[in-house]
Amino acid sequence: MAEPAPLMALTALPPRGRYGAYGGQYVPETVMPALDELVREAPRALADPAFQAELVRLQATYAGRPTPCYFAERLTAHHGGAQLWLKREDLLHTGAHKLNNALGQVLLARRMGKRRIIAETGAGQHGLATATVCARFDLPCVVYMGEEDMRRQAVNVYKMRLLGATVTPVTSGTRTLKDATSAAIRDWVTNVGDTHYVIGSAVGPHPYPWLVRTLQSVIGREARQQLLAQAGRLPHTVVACVGGGSNAIGAFAGFLADPEVSLLGVEAAGRGLDGPDNAASLVAGRPGILHGAYSYLLQDQDGQVLETHSVSAGLDYPGVGPEHSALRDSGRARYVGVDDAQALAAFHRCCRLEGIPPALETAHALVAAGELAATLPPAAVVLVCFSGRGDKDIDTVRAAGEAPPG
Amino acid sequence: MSSLPPGAVRLQAALAVGPAIAVVPYLMAGYPAAEATVPCLLGAAAGGAAVVELGFPFSDPLADGPTIQHAGQVALAQGMGVARALAQLRAARAAGLTVPVVTMTYLNPIWQYGLERYCQDAAAAGADGLLIPDLPADEAGPAAAAATASGLGFVAMVAPTSTPARIAAAAARATAFLYCVARTGVTGAGDGVPEEALALLGRVRAASPLPRALGFGLGHRDQLVALQGRAEAAVVGSALLEALAEAPDPGVATARFVRRLR
Ligand SMILES: Cc1ncc(COP(=O)(O)O)c(C=O)c1O
Repeated sequence: MAEPAPLMALTALPPRGRYGAYGGQYVPETVMPALDELVREAPRALADPAFQAELVRLQATYAGRPTPCYFAERLTAHHGGAQLWLKREDLLHTGAHKLNNALGQVLLARRMGKRRIIAETGAGQHGLATATVCARFDLPCVVYMGEEDMRRQAVNVYKMRLLGATVTPVTSGTRTLKDATSAAIRDWVTNVGDTHYVIGSAVGPHPYPWLVRTLQSVIGREARQQLLAQAGRLPHTVVACVGGGSNAIGAFAGFLADPEVSLLGVEAAGRGLDGPDNAASLVAGRPGILHGAYSYLLQDQDGQVLETHSVSAGLDYPGVGPEHSALRDSGRARYVGVDDAQALAAFHRCCRLEGIPPALETAHALVAAGELAATLPPAAVVLVCFSGRGDKDIDTVRAAGEAPPG
Repeated sequence: MSSLPPGAVRLQAALAVGPAIAVVPYLMAGYPAAEATVPCLLGAAAGGAAVVELGFPFSDPLADGPTIQHAGQVALAQGMGVARALAQLRAARAAGLTVPVVTMTYLNPIWQYGLERYCQDAAAAGADGLLIPDLPADEAGPAAAAATASGLGFVAMVAPTSTPARIAAAAARATAFLYCVARTGVTGAGDGVPEEALALLGRVRAASPLPRALGFGLGHRDQLVALQGRAEAAVVGSALLEALAEAPDPGVATARFVRRLR
């Protein structure tokens, strides 16, 4: 057996909280002292052997790490070409990569003496992960969720409530992830003294993008070791879906230092990139400021943030983490859009061929990965970050109609 | 502080008249109706406002509670934006508005407009200063410089949670006045004057001679009386916007509301 993968890519904080031009801290003054505290305390905690030991122990015995790296033989045969390998974050407790972040941040909040936890959620996976860890550590947990998302992810709402969390419907604006995030930030502004905001993706003001990326980098670190051991090579490309960008940046983090490995992020093209009904900030947006950071953003000419659309609640967000904006501009990573219909087809394909229902978010990555694999030789490896399982999306898929033949 | 921008000079002078606490009404451009901005600005002046804060709507106002969020949504639905709001300010000046005006907008709308272009156009339209609630002192260098270059005063915010170092940084950025947030929270009507507000006002006075405008949760005359001698100005936003929601004549209602506070 290879040595266990190092816990995380413990990189230094980005200078001045910026990835190139992107990032920063554009928030009301009221929460700035709390961000200053996080900037001080998070690196200290993550570098502390005692903190690391507790996180590793819980990752192994509670969360189910390491997750497997699986060769998807039948999907590979279907697309023809390169081997498709799946990093199985769907097998993590609560069914998605979100637990990596929630576990680390709740441990950090306890260390900082915060007695109350808040979170926003879109698909419900981050809310579920946060509610789970809060149950484990007996902390009160309030999850903000858009009314529209509560409807389309009703099972996760019920699960969060079973775990003792308060799910607060957000009825303003788009009633989806964007406004849930705004509501969570307003709660934080109001209760910042005793409350830690567990942001759910690699977005928000500095140091959140760095913190979330660091906690999610376990995905890429493990996958790199597993691929070397099991496939005997590094991947040609790492593919991941991008909502706010946490599973993608976590997967990419393991390979950023390998120049021969390409990085491909997949955004939600919704009903198409030509019209307004998509959520592809990096592909179709331009830089702007939302939720505390400067990054690519879907906005109108006046700088008003646009309503987005994706069949997948977890990708239905007009912004994206600032490190992705920098990776896009530098060309180190490439970003493409996959639409609702393609993602739904990939959902069915993955069920039928592999016996694994993917989250609709993950299904977007599968489409781009399959198309890419078809252009590569059989010796090549395409690694997909299989960010979550599809149970939560069954109602959406059923409503969308019958499985395509075959 | 040898050469203050002219807008900062006008704002400081307007807040230094005394002895009564200066009233600074907050209006939302395009609320309660697209054409209400000019009458409301004139009404605020007629009611005795020392300075007017003119808000521009943004889709995601992180520092605002339900009332101002709603007002912003109404204004956006009327097609209000930066260029149109500045045109309305220009029209109010043409109609005889003389009190100093501070524009208040979240960063993205003016970032997209262009910071320098915004400051030039705002000054030309008759603004005296600018306040950006999601731009803490650490990030405010470019905006403060653009304001100064266009002759606008810059308003920095401090909160009950601000450390002494952060208060000092905000004081170093501000040229016009310091906006003191009265409570740990978002905007919205309230009662009384929180202890944390009084404590903040004291810490700010120890750190800077700039005028202090207290805002968030203010809307009653008794609150302003309680603040007499403790702050130079009181900003009244949500309570005023609530009073305008059903008003048949928003300009008259603004004047009446402001007059009752004095
Ligand atoms: C399974 C799954 N994948 C991906 C995402 C998108 O988030 P991120 O881009 O932060 O990984 C979500 C968000 O809810 C999710 O639940």
